[in-house]
Amino acid sequence: MQNSFDDIIEKLDNHELWDFPGGVFPAERKTLSNQTPIEKSPIPERLYVTVKQHIGVEGQIIVDVGQKVLKGQALTKSMNPFAVPIHAPTSGEIAAIHKHVSAHPSGLPELTVEITSDQQDKWTKLCPLIDYQNKPKMQVLAAICDAGISGMGGAGFPTHIKSSPKKDVEFLIINGIECEPYITSDDRLMREHAWQIRQGIDVLCHLLKPKHVLIGIENNKPEAIEALQVACRENPNYRICSVPTKYPAGGEKQLIQVLTNREVPAQGLPVDVGVIMHNVGTCFAIADAIFAGKPLIERVVTVTGEAVESPGNIWALIGSPVAHLLAHCKYKQAGQKQPNIIMGGPMMGFSVTSDLVPVVKTTNCILAPTDNEIAGNNEQPCIRCSACADVCPASLLPQQLFWHSKAKELDKAQDYNLFDCIECGACAYVCPSEIPLVHYYRIAKSEIRVEQEDKQKSDKARERFEKREARLIAEQQTRDEKHRLAAEARKQAMASNGNNAKDKIAAALARAKAKKQNASIVDEQPIAPTKVAPANQSEQEAKTEASDVSTKAASSNQRVQAAIARAKAKKAAAEEAVTETELKEKVDAGDLIENKPDVKQQDNDVKLVSEQSPQAKVNTQADVTDSRPTADVSQQHQEPNKADSKQAKIAAAVAKAKAKREAQKISNSDTASNPAPAAKVNSPQTKISVELAKTEEQQIDMKKRRIAAAVAKAKAKKAAEIAATSKEDKPS
Amino acid sequence: MTLSFAILTALLAIGLMALVFGVVLGFAAVKFKVESDPLVEQIDQILPQTQCGQCGYPGCKPYAEAIANGDEINKCPPGGDVTIKKLADLMGVEPKSLDAAHGQEDIKKVAYIREDECIGCTKCIQACPVDAILGAAKQMHTVIVDECTGCDLCVDPCPVDCIDMIPVANSTSSWRWDIDAIPIKQIG
Repeated sequence: MQNSFDDIIEKLDNHELWDFPGGVFPAERKTLSNQTPIEKSPIPERLYVTVKQHIGVEGQIIVDVGQKVLKGQALTKSMNPFAVPIHAPTSGEIAAIHKHVSAHPSGLPELTVEITSDQQDKWTKLCPLIDYQNKPKMQVLAAICDAGISGMGGAGFPTHIKSSPKKDVEFLIINGIECEPYITSDDRLMREHAWQIRQGIDVLCHLLKPKHVLIGIENNKPEAIEALQVACRENPNYRICSVPTKYPAGGEKQLIQVLTNREVPAQGLPVDVGVIMHNVGTCFAIADAIFAGKPLIERVVTVTGEAVESPGNIWALIGSPVAHLLAHCKYKQAGQKQPNIIMGGPMMGFSVTSDLVPVVKTTNCILAPTDNEIAGNNEQPCIRCSACADVCPASLLPQQLFWHSKAKELDKAQDYNLFDCIECGACAYVCPSEIPLVHYYRIAKSEIRVEQEDKQKSDKARERFEKREARLIAEQQTRDEKHRLAAEARKQAMASNGNNAKDKIAAALARAKAKKQNASIVDEQPIAPTKVAPANQSEQEAKTEASDVSTKAASSNQRVQAAIARAKAKKAAAEEAVTETELKEKVDAGDLIENKPDVKQQDNDVKLVSEQSPQAKVNTQADVTDSRPTADVSQQHQEPNKADSKQAKIAAAVAKAKAKREAQKISNSDTASNPAPAAKVNSPQTKISVELAKTEEQQIDMKKRRIAAAVAKAKAKKAAEIAATSKEDKPS
Repeated sequence: MTLSFAILTALLAIGLMALVFGVVLGFAAVKFKVESDPLVEQIDQILPQTQCGQCGYPGCKPYAEAIANGDEINKCPPGGDVTIKKLADLMGVEPKSLDAAHGQEDIKKVAYIREDECIGCTKCIQACPVDAILGAAKQMHTVIVDECTGCDLCVDPCPVDCIDMIPVANSTSSWRWDIDAIPIKQIG
């Protein structure tokens, strides 16, 4: 059970504090840099403003190369709650927007806005929010966000998110501990700008409404404690706590433990125990943003180490290259065998990979040690002395973590709570074997993170793969289903057409009988012998036809008779000066049409073949007899009136089919030339014929209609022929 | 009389209890049924899901099924030794080195289409196992980098050879701390 608010206040009233486990006492070496006031540095010629300087996502760039910018002008826009904008640190021109070496241990290039300064240092229009107490909280938070403020203590968490917690806040803790050796930037800031820090705390109190404010300062900074005590004298709710000097008391979880004896749960946040912590530098920046309207474009950076001639604190513009600050403090590079510049403190900082690495919002120190200040890398095997476990502020077992991290047993390292390690470096500091323990933890942590990322990616890939498989299967199924339905429809159509065909066959049979009677009366001999040759041909045709079409259709007898009827018709047509080649063409046409999967085409085909006889009869009637028409007509009259229109349609269909066949022929013979004109020529003709047939339907008698149909057919044919000849002419 | 009565009540009581418990257990068996995690699923979780087919199976799931049915565990080059080790742990067998017949472990890559050379044939789209290529017939295609598993399957079908496999760039977020830490020395 965590300590109650009253218990904590009572203990603090007695000037008592708690302690955190472990901790080390490295040489402070702060007097190197904290003896002189914070200096202003000259404006560097070029500034490299990294687009992402905080935890979260980068903002959207809203400036272009070549654009003039004023000091404090926003370079990016926050499009996301976790995006914090960056601002031009001085006036000048955008020289480039490109990848530049980053303030990261890897030094890998990151997106950076490069600004050439014009040395005018001209401010953009500032909009302060002085009466913030009368403004809605959202507006104050937006102002903090727009000023580009993120935590300046180290992690760089966006301040506006930290300042709008979902839970009640009992304690607002202001972190002025600065426990790492060498660093004095917060110390100097508190000494010189305590008043403004208090203003920042006021703004945070307005936003967070904490019950109590604790300002933790290590007892090795008496001047800073005094300055803040003076600044906060008016407000009894602000309590300055002098914290015993011990590294890493400035760690967020450690300071909470020291001041409140509450422990932040693993993977939890301080707000889970009713605490919000801000760095003094952040408070100063908030005051700047609210009362002056100035965005976060500069910060105090300690430039120290024995390799610089005049160590001290500097107001460094964000984006200043490290080389510029070192030059200002007179870095003695010549004397160093292995020049080594460290960004951050000696415990948690990292060596920079280039002297063009820019200062970012979280840079508090640039350390230039001499060769004898830094120990060489002399790693020895672990002797299991457990000194590291004694000093671990998080009560972990560093040697176990080291063991498993080195052996790449990542899951076991996680079992030992690797992710609760704050990477303070206390274990490495005390290690008699000089093992760079934190280094191993960092490698293990990054590997675990990469592994988790891979896992997420592979899960996504699996999902996409499975969805794709499912989709492909579904597509195949729908295709199969469509094919099945089409096949069924075709079968059905065939069945119904088969019935029609049966009727037609019956009709043809009757006609044939009538014709035979007539023939016997007239005693026309030539019909019989000539019948034989085409009969064979057409019988075969009829058979293939029948097998296709009329599975349930007429008996074989009927079929034979139908074939005979058709043969007669063909013969009649042949008589009418139709050449043998044309007959062949008809068969071709039949084949061609049969190849078409379309049901309608088959329909046409059936009609075409079965109705050849009456067509032909029209011709023979004209030549030979008078009695035939009456017989025919009487025959036709037996069928319902529908048959009339049907015949007209059939004629049209025949014409159409022929025209199509011609067109196909053309397109086959001459693939290069477009068959469209031919088809177009034909189609109106066939349409006319259909219309003709339809309008005459009711009034005009059979004969006339047939003639009309024949005319239409002839016309279509002629047109097709013309088209064919014209096509034939074309290539020549 | 009393004895038989006592026996009867005892039998009845026990019978009733058996009935009640039977019903309760039967209900619980249906209501609180726990789907056991099948072996294939577990293996599939370990495999890297590149769906590259280098193992000889058309995807990671089929290979997972094959492993569950006793196939070798060292046929997955994209997974490499890490995957083999995990599979060995799961299957209770000795880890083996990667079977060279199925390829070598390689650095992570993603496909990149040289867009001005793409003729829009859609062949790579059909080959992509995770639908990571965007495009349409006679339109330029492009790879969705975040979705690409680097399986190489789109490279061969391309008739104009405009697909490259590019190594994934290292960024500060994926960087693995391969520098030396800064050692500290107490100065006397």
